[in-house]
Amino acid sequence: MDQYIPLNDLPIGRKARVKLLSPGSESRRRLLDLGLVSDTEVEALQKSPSGDPTAYQIRGTVIALRSEDAADIIVEAI
Amino acid sequence: MGLTSQSTGAGVLESELKINRLNQSDKLIALAGNPNVGKSTVFNSLTGMNQHTGNWPGKTVTNAQGRYRHKDKDFSLMDLPGTYSLSANSVEEEIARDFICFGNPDATVIVTDATCLERNLFLVLHTLEITDRIVLCVNLLDEAKRKKIHIDLEELSRQLGIPVIGTSARSGKGLDELMDAVYKAAEAAKVPSTDEKKLQEPLKVRYDDEIEQAIAVLEPYVSGILKDHLDSRWVSLKLIDGDDSLLNSLQKYLDFDLLSDPVLTQKLEESKSLLNDAGLDPEQFRDKVAAKIVSYAEKICSKAVTIESNSYHDMDRKIDRILTSKTFGIPIMIGLLGLVFWITITGANYPSQMLASFLFDIQDHLTAFFTQLGTPPWVHGILVLGVYRTLAWVISVMLPPMAIFFPLFTLLEDLGYLPRVAFNLDNFFKKSCAHGKQALTMCMGFGCNAAGIIGCRIINSPRERLIAMITNNFVPCNGRFPTLIAIITMFFAGVFTGPAKSVVSAALLTAVIVLGVIMTLIISKILSKTILKGLPSSFALELPPYRMPQIGKVIVRSVFDRTLFVLGRAVVVAAPVGLVIWLLANIYVGDVSLLTQCAMFLDPFARLIGLDGYILMAFILGFPANEIVVPIIIMSYMAAGSMLEMDSLSQLRELLLSHDWTWLTAVCVMLFSLMHWPCGTTCLTIRKESQSWKWTLAAFLIPTVTGITVCFIVANTARLLGLV
Ligand SMILES: Nc1nc2c(ncn2[C@@H]2O[C@H](COP(=O)(O)OP(=O)(O)OP(=O)(O)O)[C@@H](O)[C@H]2O)c(=O)[nH]1
Ligand SMILES: [Mg+2]
Repeated sequence: MDQYIPLNDLPIGRKARVKLLSPGSESRRRLLDLGLVSDTEVEALQKSPSGDPTAYQIRGTVIALRSEDAADIIVEAI
Repeated sequence: MGLTSQSTGAGVLESELKINRLNQSDKLIALAGNPNVGKSTVFNSLTGMNQHTGNWPGKTVTNAQGRYRHKDKDFSLMDLPGTYSLSANSVEEEIARDFICFGNPDATVIVTDATCLERNLFLVLHTLEITDRIVLCVNLLDEAKRKKIHIDLEELSRQLGIPVIGTSARSGKGLDELMDAVYKAAEAAKVPSTDEKKLQEPLKVRYDDEIEQAIAVLEPYVSGILKDHLDSRWVSLKLIDGDDSLLNSLQKYLDFDLLSDPVLTQKLEESKSLLNDAGLDPEQFRDKVAAKIVSYAEKICSKAVTIESNSYHDMDRKIDRILTSKTFGIPIMIGLLGLVFWITITGANYPSQMLASFLFDIQDHLTAFFTQLGTPPWVHGILVLGVYRTLAWVISVMLPPMAIFFPLFTLLEDLGYLPRVAFNLDNFFKKSCAHGKQALTMCMGFGCNAAGIIGCRIINSPRERLIAMITNNFVPCNGRFPTLIAIITMFFAGVFTGPAKSVVSAALLTAVIVLGVIMTLIISKILSKTILKGLPSSFALELPPYRMPQIGKVIVRSVFDRTLFVLGRAVVVAAPVGLVIWLLANIYVGDVSLLTQCAMFLDPFARLIGLDGYILMAFILGFPANEIVVPIIIMSYMAAGSMLEMDSLSQLRELLLSHDWTWLTAVCVMLFSLMHWPCGTTCLTIRKESQSWKWTLAAFLIPTVTGITVCFIVANTARLLGLV
């Protein structure tokens, strides 16, 4: 599984595909509501001035996630 | 179970959500949709009302209701808070879901954003599981056109099996068609079978076989209990999902306690074990359900949406790269705040003086009038010197800055800047173990702390929501700004002349606000480590596209809005307080007026924190509304004697100086104004929102104690160092 990384490790400007949401995380439901299901494409757009959170492009919208929450999303960089 | 029409549906909600179908024959229409898609804009255009709108997700957090007439029918329209789904992750989502499920609307309009239809369709598909009576409104078509996104509305309607109307709500395009469609849908709700041109069946999501089987085990029984109160298939799905909040609402509105039904519990076990056998644990189940909805949405969009170029949001990204950049993000933010203050201060100066001289001119006429009438002096005293003069002060000092600040702020809000503020500041909030959206609730607090408190509903975690409510008061509301501005211009910027004066004032005011933000962070942190222990919860913040505000409209509307607000408060609060002050100043016990006695009583303590008895009393009497603190100080100093006539702002400084104000007094007044108890309205709002007197008391005491402590330290350090 080594090409799989947590979303917070995705470099700015890179795209990735969602592989799975870590089980048991508190944010799961909300992430699913935003359409972050398997195979969804995401792009890391921009970090906030202090380095966290990061804004991601998800299904045509821009969503900011804190690194803790992004860490629950396992992606495959593309 | 005794279901009556009173105990169900809108009957219960009426008390909860204040629905008044003014007329029983009114059609009830719900307006739902994702956050920030223009629901309130649609609502306003249809009802002619002025629900606040703003370019950030979470602007509307309560249900607002309005009416409109179309053809021969009256409609009651509910503007619901924006939600991504109906799984009720937060209070506003719950409100929206409960209304759709239990409010029995005759039709639900789902407003969607044409520029990201796919994500918006999830909610549509979810809602279709609950009800068929849906009209889809694809809004923001103008923006989609600009971004070269084309939507085939007919195809969309064919795919979903529901009426679809395209609108550009801000310019009013498509709203007639929307009203027509709603009219038809509400009619069809009553007599579904006779509608000859019935559309094809509304689309229902079909899940994978193992999930369908699990539902099938449960549904017949659930259907037997629910009759046709709610869609039994959807409730079954939610039961398997373990959605507690829906169960609670079922009990609350329909008086169904599903889980205490032994047969149902057994069936539920059965269907869960079916899923288990198929290798689906509860989370995988949820994943599958979500993935299915997403795949439906993707499929529909692939047929109905054509995106000509993928570069449509490049401009927004460029702006974001500047406004939230590492080097410039925070300086720009502070700079913008300073600029807004500078415009406010510069702009308010002249109108304030005009208003003052105009209003005090009237006072002279009033005095002449009363003298002519020959009324006893106390009548003139109460009405003119008490009530009228306080009103005049409140209006001339408070109105101009508020009427300038508010529209400017609204412009920033409409541009879409506020979510960027939250984005920039989030890390600080995280370090304080607080919620990133707290920055948004603070922004709302600028306008009015009570509004900020209600805005805290966008925060899902109860712990973080309480923190945001307790600390909201560290943001000076519109009622406290003018106090700060007045003191800054009188005491600190006075040595400068010309443009430098207003620049310095704006810079100082900005510094005060930054101090308020820092205090918010410190207190949030302390709360997180003590009485509200916990870790920061997860959240997702949507950064909406930048939008060009309708400048003229915004300015006219919000100047009007603020003026009414200030005048309203002035009449309701300032006038009675003026009366009280006059009475206190003119009722003597022995040689000393009551006013002076109270002030003398408070004086020793007040001096400890750098104020004096009159000032502290003004803050106490200002409890109903912060706007009247400065006017009370003025009134009581004047009543206390040294200066009888004062009818311009320039004399104010002399009045204060003659009561021994120093720069330290000014600093302490500002600090105390920034940090003391919330006003009466805010306290009541906190009580209502937290459902607890205990937290209301905490929200009262925490800023107060903080303010007293800070003022005490500042005053006594300055004195010890011999600075005054
Ligand atoms: N260009 C354009 N802008 C629109 C249109 N409709 C709404 N807006 C803008 O979109 C922003 C959001 O509108 P609101 O009506 O506050 O959205 P809402 O759905 O009520 O948002 P929440 O209450 O936060 O859920 C505002 O800045 C509106 O001025 C439209 O048709 N075209
Ligand atoms: Mg709204």
